[in-house]
Amino acid sequence: MAIPVGMLAALLVTAFGAHLGLPGDAGRIDPTQVAQTPPFDRPGVFEVAPGRYEVVMVAGIWVFTPNVITVPEGSEVTFIATSRDVIHGFFLPHADVNVMLLPGRVARVTARFPKAGEYPFVCHEYCGIAHHTMAGKVIVVPRS
Amino acid sequence: MAQAALPSLRSERRLGGAYLLVALLALFVGVATGLLQALDHAGLNLYPQVLPLLKSYYHGLSLHGVMNILVWTTFFICGFLQYLAARAFARPLVSPALAWFTFWLMTAGLVLAAIPLLGNHATVLFTFYPPMRAHWAFYVGLTLVVVGTWLVTWRLVLTYRAWRREHPQTRTPLAAFMALVTFVMWTLASLGLAVEMLVLLIPWSLGWRQGTDPLLARTLFWFTGHPIVYFWLLPTYISWYTLVPRQAGGQLFSDPMARASFLLFLLLSTPVGFHHQYTDPGIEQGWKLVHAFFTFAVFFPSLLTFFNVVASLEIGARRRGGQGLFAWFLKLPWGDPSLAAQVLAMILFAFGGIGGLVNASYSLNLVVHNTTYVVGHFHLTVGTAVTLSFMGITYWLVPVLRGRDLWSRRLALVQVWLWFAGMTVFSFALHDLGLQGMPRRTMISLATYVQAAWRPMMLLVGIGGTVLFLSALLYFLNLVLTCLASPRPAPEEPAFAEALSGPEEAPAILDRWRPWLLAAVVFILIAYGPTLVHLFRTTPLTVPGWRVW
Repeated sequence: MAIPVGMLAALLVTAFGAHLGLPGDAGRIDPTQVAQTPPFDRPGVFEVAPGRYEVVMVAGIWVFTPNVITVPEGSEVTFIATSRDVIHGFFLPHADVNVMLLPGRVARVTARFPKAGEYPFVCHEYCGIAHHTMAGKVIVVPRS
Repeated sequence: MAQAALPSLRSERRLGGAYLLVALLALFVGVATGLLQALDHAGLNLYPQVLPLLKSYYHGLSLHGVMNILVWTTFFICGFLQYLAARAFARPLVSPALAWFTFWLMTAGLVLAAIPLLGNHATVLFTFYPPMRAHWAFYVGLTLVVVGTWLVTWRLVLTYRAWRREHPQTRTPLAAFMALVTFVMWTLASLGLAVEMLVLLIPWSLGWRQGTDPLLARTLFWFTGHPIVYFWLLPTYISWYTLVPRQAGGQLFSDPMARASFLLFLLLSTPVGFHHQYTDPGIEQGWKLVHAFFTFAVFFPSLLTFFNVVASLEIGARRRGGQGLFAWFLKLPWGDPSLAAQVLAMILFAFGGIGGLVNASYSLNLVVHNTTYVVGHFHLTVGTAVTLSFMGITYWLVPVLRGRDLWSRRLALVQVWLWFAGMTVFSFALHDLGLQGMPRRTMISLATYVQAAWRPMMLLVGIGGTVLFLSALLYFLNLVLTCLASPRPAPEEPAFAEALSGPEEAPAILDRWRPWLLAAVVFILIAYGPTLVHLFRTTPLTVPGWRVW
């Protein structure tokens, strides 16, 4: 009895108590019109408030745009991403960012970067013959 | 009693042998491609050397996945469970004509799917997520295999009804009951895949429909894609419950508890698929949480199984003079390769189960999703709990089907322990690499982001995978020599275990079908209904297809 009750409690705590959000429903997009559809017509890194950034990202065979993202130490970064062809994945292990990029769907996920350094990210869903070359990095620069 | 029934089972043995032959051929292709992947993960790229056969890492990976977890499992299960059900009912199943039609339908489907797969026209991995578009024959062929499994369900149900008419008051024999639950559960669970194939993928691959939708397809795929693991696992449990206790020299601890656990699998196997889609945008978080609850619930019948089977092993070992709290374990008949394979499979499965709780966890999943951690996990479950147990089963089944004793028990024991050792190293390294951030389904030898810290574990993946491959070669060698060169006649096949607490102690409700089926359907409707209705109503099927390999 203790085992199922304990598991249930752990599940509820992690789901609601720890502010760990999974990707929910963040909208639809026509995957053939990504380059013309805001915000994906202008992929890039945007400061939306002091210390808060939005990264508008397009995944396609076999590249992330942008694939080098520079933000200052202590930033909170929201990634808004989609795919313009097949399914890709966006996996940034050091910030526990792990989301599927499905053509037709917009993914939205937030991460914090408290320490300076280089954080690699990779495509972690098979997306074709050069899948293993699809990667990028977040460069977190120290606040001077 | 079983002895008297044996001659009439000749046709069932031929059928079982036919399924087993296809299953073993598939496994051979699967382990050969697997070796190249393990070496790739150690940094050794051998694909240029095998170029005419395999066009790329991903071509080999597609073969590895489809042949091992779709074909080896499905064909083995159809052969094994029909034969075991016939033994349990002590009569041949109904309609040999239906049985052989089903076998040839499934085999034709396999050939149809294998042609584009071998020809690099279906390099879409075993999950075949659109909008990657394979040749239509791949989807049609796999669909025919699934239709064949439904016909096996039908044959088991018809046999059960005929048997029930003659035995209105008797409890269904345990192995037959479990075979029925397995196929009924699978038939219900496979509806998601059937809809994905018939509505989305086949019309689209034939050009009748312009587009598809990846989220809808993934949702339908995982509707079937998680319960399929119970379609592999339940036949393993059937061996553990109904044969292994006797092979260990003892009795099944509890027959009613075994029946109850299988009915829980019927109820809980399917409404769990979103735990493969925690990171998919487009599914509400609340429904993901519901599936997380169901996933933890379906862990419970596996715990029941663990308790029941270990208690049964302990009964056997103590009868053989085993003593102490844990030392009895050493008194199991370790010289029997069939028993040794299945007990070693259980040991690694315990770790697979614990790791699976991490995958199922709503938040921990973010650390491991689509990393090699998951690959390490399912090589412990389907790659060991299921595959090593099936190997153990073939060590008595092939001699029975062929009428010849196993060529070498000693070689079989070496093979079994090599698999255990190789898998321990292989899966440990993959779990570790996953936690370090290595993605799965990726050609690591040419990846642009390999980190120095990964190297030691990568080497272990290559070593473990090579040991597994050698083990598989010894396995095939032993079976081939059993069929061609074994001089001795086959020993008697393992009898069904008696139960310490027998079927007469099971509540009557455990032998009824409608309440359980109804509850299973209700759970599926609750867990999937709202999301599927919403997706079907709001999703235009407009995403175009790609060939990217």
